[in-house]
Amino acid sequence: MNLQPATLLVASLCGYGIGAVAGLLFMRRERLANALSFGVASLSALSGLLAALLFLSSGAGTPAPQFELLPSLIPSIKFTVRLDGLGAFFLLIVSMLGFALSIYSLGYAKGYFGRKNVGALGAFFNALLLATTLMFVADNIWLFLITWELMALTAYCLVSFEHEQPETRDAGVLYFIMSHIDAGCILLGFLLLYQASGDYSFASLHDIGAQMSPGKRDAAFLLFLLGFGIKAGIVPFHIWLPVAHPVAPSNVSALMSGVIIKTGIYGLTRVCFDFLGTPPLWWGVTVLTVGTISAVLGVLYALMEHDLKRLLAYHSIENIGIILMGLGAALIFLHTGHPLLATLGLIAGMYHTINHASFKGLLFLGAGAVLHATHTRNMEEMGGLVKRMPQTAFFFLVGAVAISALPPLNGFVSEWLTYQALLQGFGTTESLIRLIFPLSGAMLALTGALAAACFVKAFGITFLAQPRSEHARHAHEVAPSMRFGMAVLTVACVLLGLFPTAFIRLLDPLTQQLTGQQLSAQVSLADGLVLASLTEKAGTVSTLGIVLMFVCLLPIPFGLWLVFAQNSKTRRGLTWACGQPGLTPQMEYTATGFSKPIRMIFKALFRPRRDVQREYDFSPHFAKKLRFESHVEEVFVRRIYRPLRILILLVSRRIRALQAGSIHAYLLYIFVTLLLLLLFAL
Amino acid sequence: MNLELPAILAQTALLLLLAPLLSGLIKNWKAKLQNRRGSRIWQPYFDLLKFLRKDMVISEHASWVFSVTPYVLFLTALSAGLMVPMVTAQAPMSLFGGALALVGLLALGRFFLALAGLDPASAFGGMGSSREMTISAIAEPAMMLAIFTVAITAGSTNLSQIVLASQGPGWKFLDPSHAMAFAAMFIVLLAETGRIPVDNPATHLELTMIHEAMLLEYSGRYLALIEWGVSIKQLVLMALLANIFFPVGLAADTTTAAFGLGLLFLVMKLIVLAGAVVWVETTNAKLRLFRVPDLLSAAFILATLALVSTFLFR
Repeated sequence: MNLQPATLLVASLCGYGIGAVAGLLFMRRERLANALSFGVASLSALSGLLAALLFLSSGAGTPAPQFELLPSLIPSIKFTVRLDGLGAFFLLIVSMLGFALSIYSLGYAKGYFGRKNVGALGAFFNALLLATTLMFVADNIWLFLITWELMALTAYCLVSFEHEQPETRDAGVLYFIMSHIDAGCILLGFLLLYQASGDYSFASLHDIGAQMSPGKRDAAFLLFLLGFGIKAGIVPFHIWLPVAHPVAPSNVSALMSGVIIKTGIYGLTRVCFDFLGTPPLWWGVTVLTVGTISAVLGVLYALMEHDLKRLLAYHSIENIGIILMGLGAALIFLHTGHPLLATLGLIAGMYHTINHASFKGLLFLGAGAVLHATHTRNMEEMGGLVKRMPQTAFFFLVGAVAISALPPLNGFVSEWLTYQALLQGFGTTESLIRLIFPLSGAMLALTGALAAACFVKAFGITFLAQPRSEHARHAHEVAPSMRFGMAVLTVACVLLGLFPTAFIRLLDPLTQQLTGQQLSAQVSLADGLVLASLTEKAGTVSTLGIVLMFVCLLPIPFGLWLVFAQNSKTRRGLTWACGQPGLTPQMEYTATGFSKPIRMIFKALFRPRRDVQREYDFSPHFAKKLRFESHVEEVFVRRIYRPLRILILLVSRRIRALQAGSIHAYLLYIFVTLLLLLLFAL
Repeated sequence: MNLELPAILAQTALLLLLAPLLSGLIKNWKAKLQNRRGSRIWQPYFDLLKFLRKDMVISEHASWVFSVTPYVLFLTALSAGLMVPMVTAQAPMSLFGGALALVGLLALGRFFLALAGLDPASAFGGMGSSREMTISAIAEPAMMLAIFTVAITAGSTNLSQIVLASQGPGWKFLDPSHAMAFAAMFIVLLAETGRIPVDNPATHLELTMIHEAMLLEYSGRYLALIEWGVSIKQLVLMALLANIFFPVGLAADTTTAAFGLGLLFLVMKLIVLAGAVVWVETTNAKLRLFRVPDLLSAAFILATLALVSTFLFR
């Protein structure tokens, strides 16, 4: 049988639909609903994954399959689907993550049996995957906007799934508000584009920016940056992200962080590289600056968290920033007329997008497994889990190494590409603006090092040392399906890390479509073993080579051991506790303590507040009871969002006076409105 | 591909054998400057041998992370060393990674060491991990910016290419941007190798330790591997500093005489650099932990100035 990408794509979309219906139909029989909805979702995702891989590996010359999904009654609104390079790449991301998550959910949803409506969870999960997949391949403004809205609504339902908690309801509402602000901005942006093109199909929008006046083009760019930026969670529009991601069920958190915020990146890439034409300089500079700020602030706030899932949510902001650094650099190079470098920046951004989906998905699944086992998200109550959940710990460690951009895993490769794009950008222009490249690079280094510190904390406090609570002491390894889901993403992290040149070949159709260049041959040296940054001279790296070096050097320590240490013995002993017997978990370092130096160094930003209450008899140094409280509140919440909320409430209270409940007043309003409209019409 | 086996073997041997000597030399000179006689300069070799032969005690709370860390630390330091030009301008493994991979590999070793500090459930280890990760986080931008300065001048992140470009006619001794980048890198070197204004390698008080606090629970052959790995890392960073900023005497061809001369120059440069480190360690007091960021931001500013002056003075 000859499988076509288009067939597989339709199969995948239908599958999600069936999964959603099955979840709703068998709502009363939760075991069946669970198996059916998530089982079908995993098969559909697999089909989507195959479709994306088939299309991307067929090379840049293959025409993009295009077809009408549904017949439409209105002639200008068509439900056209087109699988082009960019769409196929994001289809790959959503399908890869969807596959791992569906299998994981088979086990994870069992935790809700008897408590919650698992059928509804499965149905919304499938619907969200369906909407997102369709959004990535939509070829029409209307279809795009409809799926965008559908995605926002299903995601809202999933975020509010555990709506018994007031915290969850608040988070859901915040997410709802933010996603409608972004939808509004995007709608306006598309209206501006439509004004120039007069057609709703994406094909007619290609390079439409050239026909627009600069003012309108800039306005469209800003609207899209705001709209897609809110979805992606860039600073300062990120506040919904650390609130909404943690309260959702963990499989949904992984989907939100892995894919849903990437829809913002997808939209921005589509609009900037496909629609708006050659950008002015300030677009790229803006995107690069916003990315740098998001990266640094995201990781700094992540360090202050001891809620495991909130910590991961803040890291999503950081990684979105890193992706935008690559894209921003690419926009600048498009302006300066360096298509090869622009392609390098674009590849860096896209590579980091799929990397972030794989390792952040993995980490959220790991956090979900920990939550499942210990019933808490608070890291201060964890510890010692590496012995109780060894496989989960291993998967989480792989994710932690990957997200900290350490070789040889995938995070390192994409950050390496970002560094290369930034460094080579220095030579592209003579103006002072080129200083932005190395300075962004330095901030990327700061981000990477802080991320490493944060994940030493996240892994070390959660999994190592002694358990800090009864829950952690009695934790147990999670179900095999959950471990399998994590294993899939672990393998993805390793493969993306070790075989970058093979992966960049898959990006050829994408770069050919957006910048007209293909780099896979240029960046590959020594039969794909070594990744080069455009030329061999500019810099090379080989993650597989580094692993080979480790393997070849490993005999040295073992040899030393054989020669000198044959007669030495190993025994287990107590940890040094200053000679005192009995080391208790209370003596361990805490997550709050671990990040204290960073909190002190950046205290101008954090403005930490602490309350210490001591009860003592003789001297405060010999306290009987000690109560310590420490808070860090985000500067944006304090300075922007809280005043804004107060203002909105105030204004709406004033406006309420209009709605007095008197029919005479309403008749007057109608009359005045009519008069005004008549005046306007004249 | 130029994977020349003899060059790889030679550089591996050089890294393994020279690193303890450099540590011994610094220790000995420090003692001399403080009017003590000090231990012999080859004492580190005897220490390593003794650690290798000793029995090990592993904390009952420790997990496999604790046991894997010594290998990771040792292998990352050694692999990073193979990417740095030491005797020849062409580093044996420069194809597999340049400056960015080197920083990444050292960070990987540090990541695992910090985890191993937390693993045995002791507060001291956690304290060390926390401080080490903090200091490295604020040292990293300065280090990267200094590396960028030379990388931008050379148009490459490959360390061998950087050295070759510095050797070329464009290289001016004490070019202002190079001088400032060197100063920034020197401060970072002090921080990364746990030297005195930042950390005190000779301290015996757990509360003031940074690096040593993470090693408290190690003994026997694991301790030997870690000590060796740490001294290799020190050698790698010093050789990096010496050869990037003073690329004199590196062997260009494959004659024995050139190799001998290269080795001689390397040893001389290392001796001068070690002397500078000893001088700084003896004439300064250890900074309070929350003063260290000031020092490192000074390094960052120096590196920024270096970068700005690359195109101001061109």
